[in-house]
Order: sequence, then C-alpha cells, then structure tokens
Amino acid sequence: MFDKPLAFWLVQSLNSLSLGGLLFLLSAGFSLIFGLMRIANLSHGAYFMLGAYIGLSALRAGANFAVAMLAAGLAIALLGGLVERFVIRRLAANPLGQVLATLGIAFIIADGCLLIWTGDPQQLATPAFLRGVFEVAGAKFPIYRVAVIGVAIVFAIALWLLLEKTRIGAMIRAGVDDMEMARGVGIPVSLLFTTVFCLGSFLAGAGGVLGGPILSVYPGLDTDMLPLALVVVILGGVGSLAGAFVGSFIIGFIYTFGQTLIPDLAYMILFLPMILVLALRPRGLFGRITA
Amino acid sequence: MNRKGLAAFAIVLVVLPLIGGDYYINLGSQILIAAVFALSLNLLVGYGGLTSLGHAAYMGVSAYVSGWLFLKFGMGHLTSAPIALLFTTAMAALFGLIALRASGIGFLMITLALGQVLWGLAFRWVEVTNGDNGLSGLTRPAPFGVNLDGAQAFYWFTLIIFAVSFACIIAFANSAFGAVLRGTRDQPRRMLALGHNVWMVRYVTFITAGFWAAVSGLLFVWYHKFIHPHALGLTNSAETLLMVIAGGSGTLAGPIVGAAIVVLLKNYVSAFVERWTMLLGFVFLIIVLFMPDGLVPGVKRLWERFFWRSGSSRAAPADKAEGAKP
Repeated sequence: MFDKPLAFWLVQSLNSLSLGGLLFLLSAGFSLIFGLMRIANLSHGAYFMLGAYIGLSALRAGANFAVAMLAAGLAIALLGGLVERFVIRRLAANPLGQVLATLGIAFIIADGCLLIWTGDPQQLATPAFLRGVFEVAGAKFPIYRVAVIGVAIVFAIALWLLLEKTRIGAMIRAGVDDMEMARGVGIPVSLLFTTVFCLGSFLAGAGGVLGGPILSVYPGLDTDMLPLALVVVILGGVGSLAGAFVGSFIIGFIYTFGQTLIPDLAYMILFLPMILVLALRPRGLFGRITA
Repeated sequence: MNRKGLAAFAIVLVVLPLIGGDYYINLGSQILIAAVFALSLNLLVGYGGLTSLGHAAYMGVSAYVSGWLFLKFGMGHLTSAPIALLFTTAMAALFGLIALRASGIGFLMITLALGQVLWGLAFRWVEVTNGDNGLSGLTRPAPFGVNLDGAQAFYWFTLIIFAVSFACIIAFANSAFGAVLRGTRDQPRRMLALGHNVWMVRYVTFITAGFWAAVSGLLFVWYHKFIHPHALGLTNSAETLLMVIAGGSGTLAGPIVGAAIVVLLKNYVSAFVERWTMLLGFVFLIIVLFMPDGLVPGVKRLWERFFWRSGSSRAAPADKAEGAKP
C-alpha cells in the first residue's frame, strides 16, 4: 500500500485539494444556512447536481464556462430564494418540518433531472485554455484541477471578506451567534435568511458546474455529495466558514486517498474523522454552537 | 388503538388471504413487512422525538448478513437469522453511541451520514455485497417443514411475525419505560432533573428500534429472495419516515396505516409511471405543509370535533390535548 512512487502521492494530493475545493463550495453554503437558520438543507446536494446540469445545457448552447457557472449559480440562487420564501418560511416554528420539506424538494429535483437530462452520466466540457496537463516530478496533472483549487480559494477569500469586513457579514455573524439579540437590535433577520439561503444556493449551483468536468454529472450525484457535505459540516462545526474550509480539505484528502488505496472501503473511512470529532468535540473543530 | 379498531384490523388481516388473489396477498405481505419497519422507526421518531434518516441501514444490513451467510457458507435460516439479528443489533449499539452525541437536527444529520456510508459500502464492497448486482439466489425458510414459497403461506408466516412484533412494540410503548421515553421527548431537562438518565433511555430505544428493523429486514430478504444496495438507501429511509409521519408519529396505529398508504401508492403509481421518487417528494411536501400531525390524528381530530359538536362532551379534553402536543 505504501510502496507507491512520489509521483503518485503528488498527483493524489493535488486531486485531494481539488475535491476539497469543490466540497468547500458545497459545504460553505450548507454550513452558513445551518448556522443562521438552524436547519439542515437536505436539498443542497440536489442543488449541486441541478447546477451541474444547467451548466451542461448552457455549455452545449454555446456559453463559455464562466457564463455557464454564473448562470447555474444564479438559477439555483433564485430557486433557493423561492424555496425559502414559500416553503421554509411557512414552517417557521417547525425545524423538523423544514428539514423534511427540503428532503422532499431534493427528491423532486433529483427525479426532475432524471426526466430532463436522462440517466446517462455526462461530462461537462473543460474550458479550452485549461485543457492541458503539466508535469511535476514526472507526474502528469490536469491544469483544470489546479484551476479548481484556485477558484475555490478565491471564493473562500471573497466569502471571508464578506463575512468579516462588510455590514451584511457582521449581521450574519450576529445572527449565527445570537438570533434573538440580533433581532432585538434591529437587524432585518427575515431579509438576512433569504439572502443567506440564496448565497448558499448560489455556491452549490456554481460548485456543481465547477465540479462537472471532474466528477461529471449523473443521477445520484446529489446523494453522493450530500453525505460528504454533512460529514464536512459535522467535522468543521456548523456556521463556521473556517470549519467548512478545513473540514472540506480534510475530507478531500481522506476520501481521495481512501478511494485509491482501499477503493472498497473508501466510504467506510469517512467514519473515522466523524467518530473522532463527535467523541472529542461534538460541536466540531471550529463550531461555536452544537448542531 | 382501541379494542374495536384492533378487532376490525385483525379481521381484515385474516380475511384478506381468503378472498384476495396472489397479487393482493403479496401486497398484504409487503405492507406487513413495511409496517414492522415503520413501527420500529416510530419508537425513535414518535416516542423518542429522535428523527432518524438512516434507519434503512438496520433493515438492509440484517438482510445482507442473512443473505451473505447463506451464499458464503450455505448456512441454514435457523442459524443465519439469529446471527443477522445479533449483528445488526450490535451495529445499532455502536451507531447509537455516535448518533446520540446529538439530538434534533444534529441526530438527523449523523444518522443520514451513517446510513449513506453503509449504502456506499454496499455498492462498493463488491467482494462481499456483489455491488450493484445485489445478492440473488436466496431462499425462504421452511419452519417445521412448511414450504413458504407460495404467496398464502408466506403471508401467514409474515402475519405471525408481524403480530408478535406489534405486540412487543405495544408492550414496550405502554411500559413504564415507554412513559419515561415520552417524557424525554417532551421535557428532556425536566426528566434529567427528576433523576432519569435521558441518554441511556434514548440509547436503549435506539438499540430496540435497530433490533425490530433487523426483524423487518429478514422478512424483506425472505420475501424478495434478493437484496440490493437500494434497500439501504436514503429513499428507503425517507419512505419509511413518511409512513411514520403520514400515519401519525407517536401513535400505535399510525405507522401501520402509513405503511399501507405508502406501499399501495407506490405499487399503484409504479404500475403506470416511473416517477415514484418525484411523487414521494411531493407527498412529503404536502404532508409536512398541510398535515403535520399525520393522517390518523388528523382524521381522529375531525371525528372527535364532529362528535363534540353533536353533543358528546367526552371528546373535548382529548381535542385539547391533541392540540397541545408539540
């Protein structure tokens, strides 16, 4: 198992980083929504998949990659906003009902995608200027994956700036820490809910397109990604951007190396970080609130 | 469930195989198997207030263990069944330690993640589970030499197991322990202050629910003579949760009614279109949005209101109590 050449470790590490970047886009939104609204949005995996499918159609219609990503992100943000306003809001005092409603929506989206885009796995075209490979220590590595890591880091910085340096960010942080008090001092919590839900949905939808050339898109992508997001958030702590970031890369490494070294049991080793963190620190590595 | 309802229910169950054809008898078996599974989940959801989205794991693992022991070692049902039950219950004891680090939405997330991990394992660990092909070529048991391959014979067998499970679950829910369990659902802090070990109560319930899910898993694999990773999937967990919620969680009859509705709906719809998952999603939304306390309490409430208006004062306090439930 450990007699692999250096190139193997390098390539798999870069793969881990790119998967971690995708997981960050997925779980940052999930974590913020959970932190602020105390609901687990179980349609988040479906948003990721629907985003990838919308990106696929946009690319086939001739849009360039950035436009496809933006279009998918905005479409999913709109969908998220509508869901928040018309479904989740109606169940305000019933967190369990909210979670189950998002699960119902996830099923509807998943089956709708199967209906529209059929059951065959489809790969999104890699943008032309990112198509090549480069070599490190004799290992070939696709440039696109490095670009994914870069994009994820840009998103992470932008989100960090938004949360730490802007007024809206301060309001969101206040809401995560103490909702009652935030409402009391006049923060428009209702508007904030919709904003954060749209933001989280946008990240999931755009993330789906970004992941499309690597993961491709197929029925079941949603249920493949959702548990990874859950594990990331349990690991990193709900409502914490830093937690989502660190958790994503930890899971990215564990999952990628698990899949190459012990493919049969790759899913099983996702247990380990979860068990450790739940046993030693139930609120997660960076969490300030318990789920 | 009152005595009259129970009697009527028993009559339906006994008469069904005498008048129905094989198709309906098999449908009846499916409903009974789903009902055992839904009853087990109801212990957690309805009585414990712990909503699990990974309960299919216990049903599926018990089915897989039983099937694997037969295919690998040619083991008979008399030995494989207890091993499957024991293994699954032990797994519930292990998973309970992890999942019960949280309650509420956290519990739901952890059970969902654990369930999906096992589902992924069933798909990928081809050496043991045969991956996407599932385990086929399994057999039904033949208790005391009775061949269960016919629809009728298997129905009676399932009915007996169902009746035993139902009786045990009623006894569990109505016991002192069941009362404490309901207390931990409604007022965990108060129960803690009264000296109850809330965590232990939940843990014991988690293991018990895992055991009865394992029982339904055995029935499931014997009925189909086949097991596929889908049995462990999120859709199966969600379907069963829908049975519990649609029927009315925390009632004894609710999960059975819910199981009947979901199984019939699924069979009926699947005969015409392939859009069961989408319909499941819509039913989820409708129930959650418009009938949060489920069909049985909802109908019961309407019924009692009707009788209250027509002069019987007996129903009034019951109506109030129903409304006060969270």
